[in-house]
Amino acid sequence: MLGAIRARSQFARPLLLRLYHKPARNAQFKKLTSSDMEFFKRVLPAETILATPAVGGTSDPVELEGFNADWLNKYRGDSQVVLRPKTTAEVSQILKYCNENKIAVVPQGGNTGLVGGSVPVHDEVVLSLRNMNKVRSFDDISGIVTCDAGCVLEELDNYVGERGYTMPLDLGAKGSCQIGGNVATNAGGIRFLRYGTLHGSVLGLEVVLPDGTILDNLSTLRKDNTGYDLKQLFIGSEGSLGVITGVSITTPQRPSAVNVAVLGVPSYAAVQDAFRLARRRCGEVLSAFEFWDQSCMGAVLHHQQLKSPLASEFPFYVLVETSGSNKDHDDEKLGSLLEELMESGTVEDGALAQDEQQIRRMWMMREGIPESLGKTGATYKYDISIPIPVLYDIVGDIAGKLKTAGLYQSSADPVKIVCGYGHIGDGNLHLNVVADKFQNRVTEVFEPYVYEWVASHRGSISAEHGVGLMKRDYLGYSKPKEMIDYMRRIKAMFDPNGILNPYKVL
Amino acid sequence: MSSLRILVGVKRVVDSAVKVRVNKALTGVETTNVKHSMNPFDEIAVEEAVRLREKHGKLVSEIIAVSCGPTKATETLRTALAMGADRAIHVKTDSALEPLSVAKLLSKVAAEEKPDLVILGKQAIDDDANQTGQMLAGLLGWPQATFASKVTVDGGALEVVREVDGGLETVKAELPAVVTTDLRLNEPRYASLPNIMKAKKKPLKTVSPADLGVEVAPRLQTIKVTEPPKRQGGKIVESVDELLSKLRTEANVL
Repeated sequence: MLGAIRARSQFARPLLLRLYHKPARNAQFKKLTSSDMEFFKRVLPAETILATPAVGGTSDPVELEGFNADWLNKYRGDSQVVLRPKTTAEVSQILKYCNENKIAVVPQGGNTGLVGGSVPVHDEVVLSLRNMNKVRSFDDISGIVTCDAGCVLEELDNYVGERGYTMPLDLGAKGSCQIGGNVATNAGGIRFLRYGTLHGSVLGLEVVLPDGTILDNLSTLRKDNTGYDLKQLFIGSEGSLGVITGVSITTPQRPSAVNVAVLGVPSYAAVQDAFRLARRRCGEVLSAFEFWDQSCMGAVLHHQQLKSPLASEFPFYVLVETSGSNKDHDDEKLGSLLEELMESGTVEDGALAQDEQQIRRMWMMREGIPESLGKTGATYKYDISIPIPVLYDIVGDIAGKLKTAGLYQSSADPVKIVCGYGHIGDGNLHLNVVADKFQNRVTEVFEPYVYEWVASHRGSISAEHGVGLMKRDYLGYSKPKEMIDYMRRIKAMFDPNGILNPYKVL
Repeated sequence: MSSLRILVGVKRVVDSAVKVRVNKALTGVETTNVKHSMNPFDEIAVEEAVRLREKHGKLVSEIIAVSCGPTKATETLRTALAMGADRAIHVKTDSALEPLSVAKLLSKVAAEEKPDLVILGKQAIDDDANQTGQMLAGLLGWPQATFASKVTVDGGALEVVREVDGGLETVKAELPAVVTTDLRLNEPRYASLPNIMKAKKKPLKTVSPADLGVEVAPRLQTIKVTEPPKRQGGKIVESVDELLSKLRTEANVL
């Protein structure tokens, strides 16, 4: 649902400023000629090609907008060609040709990324996977689904849902994002606490390498210790090593009993206490523990036209979810947790969803935050992993620095909101700064300060959003030089001409 | 009028967000292992009762929630208590209940509890019968105001704005009366943790249809329940001519 809203509002706001460092075009990459277009037309059906008059096509450049810009409208490329192959063989032919002719390619899924990883930087050919959207097979006993990379996450979840299973990941962009992109970026999301990383649930991948080689590793085996596990390299590679065309993934049983409560919490210390107790009391049925602050709540209630489930405002809110197979059992566990939290004063107020609609509304209060902030203004997004005890400190820290700089004091100042929300269980904070527009005097207050701060706590500058273009120059804050060096070697081995998703990650 | 006692009927139904399926025996929808919640129109009824108290204070002396059904109906009653009802009555039966049976049970409860106002959902989303409130008013010989989108109590008089096909209709009645709620009457509150905890301690009385002297055996027999035919997928046509021809030959609408 969010995805659909995003898709519509994608280009509504002219907030774009050239604020990120845009690397110069690599002159080694070939500029497309009519003979290249001839080749694409030979390999692909006409309706799968979008090409502007600049390269001899007939598509209105407006049709390519959605492929050239990200949904935050922060990053924008200038591609003149979008290819939307329907088969792995077509992907292979395209990549082989582009590799031989040194034509740069940006693979693209649902284009819901937040770090500029899925849009071209210059004139790269956009290779969209959206036409590869079929489920290939489903095993009803193991719950393993094998599908094309372009399947939309929500549609996949509906597909396995009808069969009694659920996708092991869920995120706000589920209505638009594609499983191939999820895997390529190692997406996290709100089920991470329960089902863990894609490194565990992805069982096999089909990947096309730049030279056209198809690595068919679409295994449906839970256990397979035969040599190096190559697929792991592609999970989180952000399209820089190969193009994922097929995914097999193990899906857990769909929980038949789900409970959701939203809690009002007086302090960040209490949020941590509540989390500790939730783990202790709810154990295996705890499926989400999300938190957000009052600034987020204000924005989300306003923009989603929701009513707070609580009678008054609190510095922090927590959403706790249990999922299990026995409602009475879960009710009892959650009930005793909530009572204990209330009686100890860790939580000052709360509400327990009584029906499915209330469950959805409560989740909207958490999942609707990014979109609501986006409607408020230009949103700077930092997605960081740091040890839980100091996780929220950065929010107050940044707010203080912005105030000192005179940018966040009155309503006339450029910065409107400094807020934090995220997955407390995963030690993952989304620090967001909303300004009237992207501007250097704001950016320089917290960049690279945020990264330095994260590095000083041995955190990650990108917990789940990836590196893309946004954080390429800051990789060193999270990875030692030797590791980056070996990443480069791996990149050179798979993609010696560097045609895949250039200017990104490394 | 010195005090106002409100009786609210609540029904446990398959959650409105659940996609219902016909059971294997084709006798009804599948209810085992399916999420159940309070009928949404009944949530609105409870909310309205609580709002009347918030507006009139001590005038509303008591809000009593009543539910007819199996053991699990107590969960629905606890929700009503958590939303603000003072006590609950569970008319416990495993028998399938038809609207007339429910109306008779509620009329007996009303005879005992002597409420001034009975608020019910206009219909339950499982059988969509939309009969109970009207039958109850008939059995009690009380005025009824159905499909309420606004309820005002002033002394012994009731004023209700009803949603009718042509727009809004305002009716007035003397209390005691029966009101059934429509969707836009209010937006029900969330059950807060403190109130859920308090609700556990509120009295919940269980009675049987026999205690109330009501025979609840169904008078209707369900022969068969089937799913509607699957929707045919859409077709993309190449031209206006093809569209016209298909509208003529396949859709038969021209």
